[in-house]
Amino acid sequence: MKNPIITLKNQPKISASYSVVGHLEKEGPLGNLFDEYSDNDKFGKDTWEKAESEMQLRAVKGAIKRSGLNEYEIDLLLAGDLLNQCVSSSYAITNFDIPYLGIYGACSTCAEGLGLGACLCDSKIIDSCCAVTSSHYCSSERQFRFPLEYGGQRTPTAQWTATGSGAFVIGNEGKTKVTEVLFGKAIDKGITDINNMGAAMAPSAIDTIVRYFTNSEHSPDYFDKIITGDLGFEGSEILKDLLLGNGIDITKNHMDCGLMLFDKEKQDVHAGGSGCGCSAVVMAADIIPKLESGELKNVLFLGTGALMSPMTLFQGGSIPAICHLVHLSSE
Amino acid sequence: MLSIINLYLVKLFSKGCDILKKQEYIEYVEKRAKRSPILKNCFFAFTVGGTICIIGQLLIDLYTYLGINKEDSGTLTSITLIFTSCLLTGLGVFDNIARVAGAGTLVPITGFANAVSSQAIDTKSEGYVLGVGAKIFTIAGPVIVYAVLSGTLYGVIYYICTLIWG
Repeated sequence: MKNPIITLKNQPKISASYSVVGHLEKEGPLGNLFDEYSDNDKFGKDTWEKAESEMQLRAVKGAIKRSGLNEYEIDLLLAGDLLNQCVSSSYAITNFDIPYLGIYGACSTCAEGLGLGACLCDSKIIDSCCAVTSSHYCSSERQFRFPLEYGGQRTPTAQWTATGSGAFVIGNEGKTKVTEVLFGKAIDKGITDINNMGAAMAPSAIDTIVRYFTNSEHSPDYFDKIITGDLGFEGSEILKDLLLGNGIDITKNHMDCGLMLFDKEKQDVHAGGSGCGCSAVVMAADIIPKLESGELKNVLFLGTGALMSPMTLFQGGSIPAICHLVHLSSE
Repeated sequence: MLSIINLYLVKLFSKGCDILKKQEYIEYVEKRAKRSPILKNCFFAFTVGGTICIIGQLLIDLYTYLGINKEDSGTLTSITLIFTSCLLTGLGVFDNIARVAGAGTLVPITGFANAVSSQAIDTKSEGYVLGVGAKIFTIAGPVIVYAVLSGTLYGVIYYICTLIWG
């Protein structure tokens, strides 16, 4: 049987990463690591949607500049976000003279972009590309839940959409290698609660992890960190619990971007962060630099996404989820 | 040989995952999900909601004291509470109070005022017609629809009863 894990023989590198965040993320535990932030989350724009585009614009510009490449040397932009028709990406990308592929995988978009970009670079179809994703608490809240000033209470399992954008330049130069990619399957275990997305996404992460470790020569101990983005508190606990039942122990090295970005106790974000921007900024600001410095050697990054729309939920539909895996290693 | 073992493992594990039947998983998730702190929420709903009612009563007393008749005092009190809620919503304070108060701010007329004004603020960027005009009642709309509907139904029943029993 064919091994589902895509091994990248040419091992494309992550040449640069750049992160832009909102004020709440700046106040969080990783606050000092981000490259740019806005005090009022508006980034000098008059609507939240434009603010989100502005974040992507700044992230892409920053990442390209840091990579040392010129704009015309980037062969492809892979961009995605949470808004309808991925408008944040589309409007941001009009500022660049680079071919663009829009991608959507909800909160897994960061891993999807990294994985896809690395595969394309590995195959030598392109030399370098830039993967970018974003999410904005205010624009997402409007689309998926309630008006911003609406006075309601959240349940303890609800997650908080992160405001942020992370961009990555993938090419031939750099110290962080992308060695393996495993794309996820859409999994639906019947969860209908929009306030418990961790539970909706955990089965997809379990599926991808089980498929990875059954087909890989590595064991969970081989990795310094196994990072999910963003199962939050609830989803992470489910993941670890059910994986133990399957004989895979990741309790020692598991981390979740949603729990790293915010201080769960102090910041009133309930089960932790979520959104395309959450895993993107944590990877761009914390994990990639640590891989570059050699502090981390091998990292499994699992981007999890809940693939629903408010309309299907109102119609009684459940929440399908997906989890893409990217294996990063330090040279 | 290795691939056969691999295939077996894949089957074994995928079975392991498939054991996670939908219904069982839903039950597992529901069982472990932390519930909202009901006692705490009830306490704050009661105190904040009660305080709003006391303020309402004080307003009625104030307006009556100023020489306004009882019915008009009631109307003026509603208007004052609605105005205050909208103002607090616009200042970005209301949602912070409601996060703690819950049903305490939602159930009185304050919640309704907030549902309408917050939606108006949110949709302003799409313009006054297609934004504010079209979407202002997205949250409060169902309350209006079913309040009118049940009011009509009550009226019809009341009318029939008066015909029968005079």
